[in-house]
Amino acid sequence: MRPAIFSVCSDPSTLPQWQWFACYLTTGKHLAFYGSFGVVLLLLAITAPAALLFGFGAAASARSHFAPLSWLGKLYIAIVRGVPDIAFFLFFVIALDQGFEWLRHEIKCPDWDQPIRQGNDFVVCPAAKLPLGTAPQWVHETYGFFLAVLTFAIVFGAFAGNVLYGAMRAVPRPQIETAEAYGMSHRQAFWRILVPQMWVYALPGLSNLWMVLIKATPLLFLLGVEDIVYWARELGGSKTARFTDYPHGDWRMWYFLVLLVFYLVFTRLSEMVLTRIMRRLSHGQATAAGEAQRRSAGGPP
Amino acid sequence: MKHLILGTALLALTAGMGAAQTVRLGTEGAYPPYNFIDDNGQVAGFERVLGDELCKRAELTCEWVTNDWDSIIPNLVSGNYDAIIAGMSITDERKQVVDFSENYTPPSPSAYMAKSADADIENGVIAAQTGTIQAAHIASTGATLLEFPSPDETVAAVQSDEADAVLADKDYLIPVVEESGGALVFVGDDLPLGGGIGMAFRKSDPELRGKFDAAIKSMKADGSLNNLIIEYLGEDSPHF
Amino acid sequence: MSCWQTVQDYGLRAIGIGERLLPRDDFTLCQQFTLIGSGMMWNIYFGLLALLAGFFLATALAVGKSSRHRLLRKPAEWFIFVFRGSPLFIQFFFAYFLFLSLKGVSPFFDAFTSAWLGALVVLFFNTAAYSGEIFYGALLSIPRGDLEAADAYGFTGWNKFRKITWPTMLRLAWPAYTNEAIFLFHATTLVFFSGFPARQQRGDALYYASYFADKTFNPFIPYPILAMYFILLTLTVVSVFGLINKRLNRHLPTERRRPLRIRPNLLR
Repeated sequence: MRPAIFSVCSDPSTLPQWQWFACYLTTGKHLAFYGSFGVVLLLLAITAPAALLFGFGAAASARSHFAPLSWLGKLYIAIVRGVPDIAFFLFFVIALDQGFEWLRHEIKCPDWDQPIRQGNDFVVCPAAKLPLGTAPQWVHETYGFFLAVLTFAIVFGAFAGNVLYGAMRAVPRPQIETAEAYGMSHRQAFWRILVPQMWVYALPGLSNLWMVLIKATPLLFLLGVEDIVYWARELGGSKTARFTDYPHGDWRMWYFLVLLVFYLVFTRLSEMVLTRIMRRLSHGQATAAGEAQRRSAGGPP
Repeated sequence: MKHLILGTALLALTAGMGAAQTVRLGTEGAYPPYNFIDDNGQVAGFERVLGDELCKRAELTCEWVTNDWDSIIPNLVSGNYDAIIAGMSITDERKQVVDFSENYTPPSPSAYMAKSADADIENGVIAAQTGTIQAAHIASTGATLLEFPSPDETVAAVQSDEADAVLADKDYLIPVVEESGGALVFVGDDLPLGGGIGMAFRKSDPELRGKFDAAIKSMKADGSLNNLIIEYLGEDSPHF
Repeated sequence: MSCWQTVQDYGLRAIGIGERLLPRDDFTLCQQFTLIGSGMMWNIYFGLLALLAGFFLATALAVGKSSRHRLLRKPAEWFIFVFRGSPLFIQFFFAYFLFLSLKGVSPFFDAFTSAWLGALVVLFFNTAAYSGEIFYGALLSIPRGDLEAADAYGFTGWNKFRKITWPTMLRLAWPAYTNEAIFLFHATTLVFFSGFPARQQRGDALYYASYFADKTFNPFIPYPILAMYFILLTLTVVSVFGLINKRLNRHLPTERRRPLRIRPNLLR
């Protein structure tokens, strides 16, 4: 049936143990499992900047002098932080999907006369469907992944917004006052003085957030993406010889042990990199860490 | 809870059918022999073969999508795929939400399976998959229901003594019992619970349902459905 | 059926008292409020017990991690690293399967595969690790003057720890510890989504919220109800911890008392 990677794999039941495992670990299913680690990394790579963008928007609007905008920014930050994230993950994916389709429906099919909610069905005109009914499978998968990224970005955007809002307030007030004394407008002072300076104050919070984001990735499973948790459950469950060439008992514990180790290594590596960056950034800064560096280098007290 | 799109293969079964419509078939992929994921990561089993044949007869291009059982109906309803073909029994409760095709298996029994024949199925702890007719049945009896999201976890629960017995479709349990070499046995009498298995469609989509109904009728008529049932579900499984 | 009747039938459903069957059709707003609220009992049970037990282990871990003895320091460091470095979600899955296999070894582990104990143990270890790290940070930032003053007054050993070090550590750690507590309550919603099976359809608030969302195909009612309950719970935790914070800081002159600033900005 399958063009096996190793030709010996055609009849696994006769193989010695190590060969059996070599074959077992290279089945198409396992390759999909390995690929799903890539999905997790991809999610992180896309979500981190997206969440930062959301957070920046939230922090900037929370600082706004226009009251409703400021309330909106603060409300967003407060609500997302007050409610368990998992509830958002379960809620947003359906809500976003239906919201997008409804918007497209309103735009593309103004003449549609049937109700959108027919009993339990959520029915929009075919042209408004996301993705279109005729789209190939990969478009559906990408769309699902995109919804997941957006959900992550909304939730973590609020956390990032909180960090950035704090960082903006940590920039010494006289800096802005001086800028305004030099005749800069609000906007200019914000972009030229505040934003460049806030990063060093934001970095500890953001690195914490990064670790948190890594540890939130298994929730992808709840969003229906074929991620590492999905495959670990699928592969680990006991299999009978009738439906697979590789029957085995309940191995879920071992698969989840692999995931556990993966995350431990990943967070450890991140921690090491972030410490380095932090050391770099605090160099020469008028913060406690910068001061400590200067002292340990033997500078004047 | 929404589980989108777990990808599987596109399967173009249709040679030379230019304007074929793409129909997305949602299944669970964890319910052998009906549907499961094979070693290559593809949907396989009775319903895979059946679905492919039905699509061919209805002149449709079909794609397989897997989705967790507990959200398989919500995702149909919100339009993530067009039909469910996942060993789903036809029940009145589900009929309020979705429309079923003709049944493609006759009503087949559910059964209790346990480690020993004298397991307490009246008052003991019984495992079942969340959102199945079996779970609903246990909830209404004197037994204690233990819910799991996937079928193989219910069997694992019996093996690890988490539950005294599991209640599931007999066709699902038969291979498990046979492979166990006597460690697992059926307990008590079979229960006639479901009204046969059918495909589920959105209520707003009678046209598609009509096409599949016609295809199922034609497979019933020429005996090919019975052959499939015997091949995948065994000689003893009721057929038409 | 009146709403009061519903409350009587389902108010304690999450712990198995009341109607045996969950509502199947004609869902009312009242049913959703009642059942989701009933499920909150589990969230509070998990959160409260894990927090209480975790508090003591966390203190031990913090002291262990700051110890000069390798034999004390290393285990504490590893414990904290393992539980803080991996997702709680994965820990739940792994623990459940681990308990399943341990059950085969000794009947002692029989109860651990049930959510009420198994998940509680995981939450307990997890919060102990996070709080332990917080307490450790606080231990390091105790002003040296305080400790020197204690020495000068002749405090030593256990007495010094109980009367000086520990209260100061708590005072410094309290704002961060409040976040940890909020966060722990939020984390309790993962229990029934991660391996631990629900028994007799007794689950936590999220279990019932997703039950309704799946049955009614409308997420816009049950999840906001859940959110409302959790915001109430969060506010309660904040005010209780605020009171304790006040007590911890009562000896300080007013201007040095720091009001509690809440920043729940973590997630496992």
